[in-house]
Amino acid sequence: MWDYPFMVNAFRAGAIVAVLAGVTGWFMVLRRQTFAGHSLSIVAFPGAAGATLIGVGAAYGYFGFCVGAAVVLALATRGRAGHRAQESALTGTVQAFALACGLLFVSLYKGFLDGTTALLFGTFLGITEGQVMVLGAVALTVLATLAVIGRPLLFATIDPDVATARGVPVRALSVVFLVLLGAAVAEAAQITGALLVFALLVVPAATAQRLTARPVPSLLLSVLIGWVVTWAGLAAAYYSSYPIGFYVTSFAFAGYLLAHLVRWVRP
Amino acid sequence: MSTLELTGAAVKVGGRTLWSGVDLTVGAGEFVAVLGPNGVGKSTLIKVLLGLLPVDAGTVTVLGTSPGQTGHRIGYLPQRRSFDASLRIRGTDVVRLGLDGDRWGVPIPFTGRFTERGRQAGRRLREVIELVGATGYAHRPIGECSGGEQQRLLIAQALVRGPELLLLDEPLDSLDLPSQAASAALISRICRDQKVAVVMVAHDVNPILTHLDRVVYISAGGTACGTPAEVITSETLTRLYGTPIDVLTASDGRLVVVGQPDQHGGH
Repeated sequence: MWDYPFMVNAFRAGAIVAVLAGVTGWFMVLRRQTFAGHSLSIVAFPGAAGATLIGVGAAYGYFGFCVGAAVVLALATRGRAGHRAQESALTGTVQAFALACGLLFVSLYKGFLDGTTALLFGTFLGITEGQVMVLGAVALTVLATLAVIGRPLLFATIDPDVATARGVPVRALSVVFLVLLGAAVAEAAQITGALLVFALLVVPAATAQRLTARPVPSLLLSVLIGWVVTWAGLAAAYYSSYPIGFYVTSFAFAGYLLAHLVRWVRP
Repeated sequence: MSTLELTGAAVKVGGRTLWSGVDLTVGAGEFVAVLGPNGVGKSTLIKVLLGLLPVDAGTVTVLGTSPGQTGHRIGYLPQRRSFDASLRIRGTDVVRLGLDGDRWGVPIPFTGRFTERGRQAGRRLREVIELVGATGYAHRPIGECSGGEQQRLLIAQALVRGPELLLLDEPLDSLDLPSQAASAALISRICRDQKVAVVMVAHDVNPILTHLDRVVYISAGGTACGTPAEVITSETLTRLYGTPIDVLTASDGRLVVVGQPDQHGGH
């Protein structure tokens, strides 16, 4: 399997995406922003379809739409994490419109129908060296930003009132995080497809948090689980005729069940 | 130097004057309660002291400087509901955020034991958690702790940087009666032993009455400040609330306030 450059690229891309999604997803789960993450992933679909329709690479569509939607969402809610009800209604509205746009783009681009499944449920074929570089560069930027804002972001997540009183810019952090989340979703969608993004964004983080309540080990575990699941999924998809999205999601889900079993046996 | 000094302070929220003419002096190590019915602006007073809201008239001096310049010299416990039961972060991590959560960057994993700063932080955490009597459950996920246990951990968080002034916003709310008495005794003990001035917003004066040096009554009918014996009298409270209120003396000499309007769901 290592003889094929496309497989090597797939493993490289998978590792990059898994690490990024593991870290960003860990914060997302703690912040209870999975619904926002879900909406950003839905927006990835029209983004990629639209980009293909006008003839630029799907990757540009993923990044453009996801980050753009994250900015809109952040500005519309003004970074107020407290107003969840309003946020969820708005996010739901954006979601429905995004899916409808994707559907339009797909039907406008007749010959593209085959690729719809790949956009929604993921593919590992045809990842180029250039794409790996782009994925790596974006991931590095996001992770570097998180390394700088990590601790205040955790403070603002767990205890926004006290953090505000201590001078932590809670709203600004919330806006920045949403944009970072947009970038992470755009990356994950390129491996798992728009609909299965949560396999890498939520499940590893939720599994890790289930297993330990210590922040640093939990974060590292989330990355490790995402990475293992992605590589295992790639290998399984290579040796069988079933799609990668299925494998990655199923392995991640199996890990989640196992974690619950472990906690149940040894609470 | 007094810890806190308000002269003729007034505050407006949304164009409406909430309270005015508040004169208050709090000395080092004094325990002061801010009492009054719901919606009268008790929490607003705390926000003013934190520098999150400006005063409309009068002057406010906190720890010899203007509000907002005090940083970690103030410990703050906001009014809150309890932590989400599924929040998988340990109590000690929440306390730790009070110590350095406002610092940018992220801790380097597993180095805490090997640097002087890390060891110091660890010692301080153990010390403050021991002080509030939370050693037995500080390692458990905070979502799994009871309301009283969470409150103790949050008091530890407010205390961890050795503040000179503690601002507590309804810390006894949502606790059962034994926990209320225990928390009140704990706060009083910290106030005396650590020489920390405490300003506590409270809804019900009875659980803390015996510990207080001074009370501030805020109501739509005006404000009154002084020692409990001066302020908590049938005449003063009846005038402030505009409804008959009895202050009774129990057989052990303690005062009991009966008939506060908001305790009957009024106001």
